[in-house]
Amino acid sequence: MSGMSETTITYKQRIKSLQSLIALVVLCILLSVLTDKFFTTDNGLNILRQTAVNICVATGMTLVVLTAGIDLSVGSVLALCGAIAAGLLKNGWVFPSADLYIGFTIFGVLLAAIIAGGVLGWFNGFVITKFKVPPFVATLAMLTIARGLTMLYTKGQPISNLGAKFAFIGAGSFLGIPVPVWIALLVVLLAAFITKQTRLGRYIYAIGGNETAAKFSGINIPKVVIMVYALAGMMAAVGGIIVTSRLDSAQPNAGVSYELDAIAAVVIGGTSLSGGRGTVWGTVMGAIIIGVLNNGLVLLNVSPFWQQVVKGGVILLAVIIDKIGNKND
Amino acid sequence: MLVAKNISKKFSGIIALDKVNLELLPGRVNAIIGENGAGKSTLMKIFSGVYTEYEGSLLYKGNVVRFSSTKDAEKAGIVIIHQELNLVPQLTIAENIFLGRELLNPFGLLDKPKMKSETKQLLQRVQLNIPPGTPVGKLKVGQQQLVEIARALHTNAELIIMDEPTSAITDREVEHLFKIIDELKAAGKTIVYISHKLKELFLKADRYIVLRDGSTVAAGDMKEVTQDTLIEMMAGRKIVIERNSAAVDSAEPLLELKNISLKNPSVSSAWLVKDVSFTLHKGEILGLYGLMGAGRTELMETLFGLHPKLSSGTVRIDSLPQRLKSPADAVAAGIMLVPEDRKRQGLCLDLAVRPNTSITVLEKLQANGLMISKAKERSLVKEYIKQLNIKTASQETLSRHLSGGNQQKIVIAKWLAKKPKVLLLDGPTRGIDVGAKAELYKLIKELAATGVGIIVVSSEIPEILALAHRVLVMCEGELTGNLPVAEASESGLLQLAIHKN
Repeated sequence: MSGMSETTITYKQRIKSLQSLIALVVLCILLSVLTDKFFTTDNGLNILRQTAVNICVATGMTLVVLTAGIDLSVGSVLALCGAIAAGLLKNGWVFPSADLYIGFTIFGVLLAAIIAGGVLGWFNGFVITKFKVPPFVATLAMLTIARGLTMLYTKGQPISNLGAKFAFIGAGSFLGIPVPVWIALLVVLLAAFITKQTRLGRYIYAIGGNETAAKFSGINIPKVVIMVYALAGMMAAVGGIIVTSRLDSAQPNAGVSYELDAIAAVVIGGTSLSGGRGTVWGTVMGAIIIGVLNNGLVLLNVSPFWQQVVKGGVILLAVIIDKIGNKND
Repeated sequence: MLVAKNISKKFSGIIALDKVNLELLPGRVNAIIGENGAGKSTLMKIFSGVYTEYEGSLLYKGNVVRFSSTKDAEKAGIVIIHQELNLVPQLTIAENIFLGRELLNPFGLLDKPKMKSETKQLLQRVQLNIPPGTPVGKLKVGQQQLVEIARALHTNAELIIMDEPTSAITDREVEHLFKIIDELKAAGKTIVYISHKLKELFLKADRYIVLRDGSTVAAGDMKEVTQDTLIEMMAGRKIVIERNSAAVDSAEPLLELKNISLKNPSVSSAWLVKDVSFTLHKGEILGLYGLMGAGRTELMETLFGLHPKLSSGTVRIDSLPQRLKSPADAVAAGIMLVPEDRKRQGLCLDLAVRPNTSITVLEKLQANGLMISKAKERSLVKEYIKQLNIKTASQETLSRHLSGGNQQKIVIAKWLAKKPKVLLLDGPTRGIDVGAKAELYKLIKELAATGVGIIVVSSEIPEILALAHRVLVMCEGELTGNLPVAEASESGLLQLAIHKN
């Protein structure tokens, strides 16, 4: 009896983990039939390039959601970190009182932007664990704070003309594949490695699955949670670098409502918002599904207004299918 | 008034009530007494319509009744004042009292003035001089209990069940309560009074009914019994207990507690644990006995670093003082807890057996300081599955699908892997079948033989006697007994565990 139910469970689990991939394949086949412009290399790379930023942000979001948290601040953090990268690259760091000027190389600004993202995320995690502020509220506050800081730092103006070398990050290609796609791949591999191979990953699933039991197992919960929000901030920063480079300009209002796209990708990818269940690869599928959908609807000449309705419908459908799947367990 | 005939109730195969027969006499205070798990609460929940599925029948005022809900029972005139408070803290006293039976004015809107004035009268009856518009959350626990009582009075109930009504209130409030009981009695109401405090029963109760292991074992007039005979009736089982006769080899102190106290977070200047001091030796099993609410679980939690802000006192391990501010600290010091509620506190039910077992020792399984070696992990988990005889289809089976006994073994396995110095087991065999129980006993004894110090918390005296070298008894947060198992008897332990002052 137990042997039998065992195989059915793993069989079911396998189907579930492939759920979003199957949905993606079906969607691609459908669009290939409906329009001849969809199934081309150029269009494929185009979709991936456009999706790369959301993949970076949503990957960080996945880590947070796996702990049963949420990070609404990623869009603003993305904007602030992009602005920091652009500002430091262009103007360096000036200390008028000490008559000091620090110039930055490209490597330097990338590091600075990612560290800034990490610090902002760390702050989110600190507030959540130290003062027991619900993640929704803590990161909602950070959404506003980081946006305000972006406005202060940029004085509300775009920071443009960042040079050809910097532009390579967002617009260049390597081995025929856009650089942003390579970067997103690195971010995803890192997150997949963390979740599947390391202690931190185990603790993330344990905390999301049952925080009390995790605590009773001697896990230092604040440490893990802070780490996770810091990682989400850093991944949003990577997204910010790509956006800034691609536009050759840091826009003060970049990344507005990106948190919603990221959450949508996470949810469509099968990660449970109550934590403990889901994978980074699912989120990648979710992000690509959203990208393909955006692209396909444009190719099909669907009105932008309808595009939003369809996108919302797909999110609902994904979650409902997930719920029905769980009920049978 | 109310007659129970052959009432039986099972919970997933475990018998809670076994053909209970009893009669509640009208206009009297009927005391129902018994040890933890004797079936008192289950029976009360059947009387008040909380549990609707049971065998046997209830005769209420001469008619056979079967309540379909608490509301149904209330309509018939039976209300229960629960041990755990059932009030909404954000709502006012008046709103709570009328919750679900709000008074309406001719327009169909809430008739607030009327509810307020009626609440005022009710509060006067329970001598609670607080405006009806006060949110219940602002009240002290004892005052909340009085609100519960006021709510019961408002329904014009004829049979009022009070489940441990004095567990949270002060002596003065107890006096009020007794006055109210006298009033109710004078008005011809019937009262069921459940309490561990025997002294109260001798003051207020007219009749007693003793439950043991889900059956009625005795009933009679309160005037005709003494405290000692009551205790004997509660405990007196015929089962022959095999005591732990093995002596502890070492006299080496392992864990020393000095003046451990824990403040009650909801009642100021009250203590959940008060000035507890004792020593656990290497290889020794201490059995910690006490009734519900005696502070046993809280003491274990304090030792495990779960109450860093409310606790005080010193803990030494191998005569070195320890700073236990979090479970992580406790684990680092070698103190590990198998918690009371294994589903909520012990396991991630949606994770498989493997990650649940290895979660405490992941750093040992890292191949290069970063990656977890799956091969090492699997062989470790395999070893413990074999050692503890855990019955699971595979390491990848979700913990949710295992039986209670096997789930408990996983919780124990995760700590064994961590090599504990002191293992705290809080109610380790709760809800576990007899076979698995015997296996766990064997395991615990073997573990002690390897030098681990063990504290077993249990509500079952036979379990304590079977496992422990020494027995500790707690009552109302204080340590009231510390004796070798050879000197412990069932009635003796119960005496120590029952509040007497």
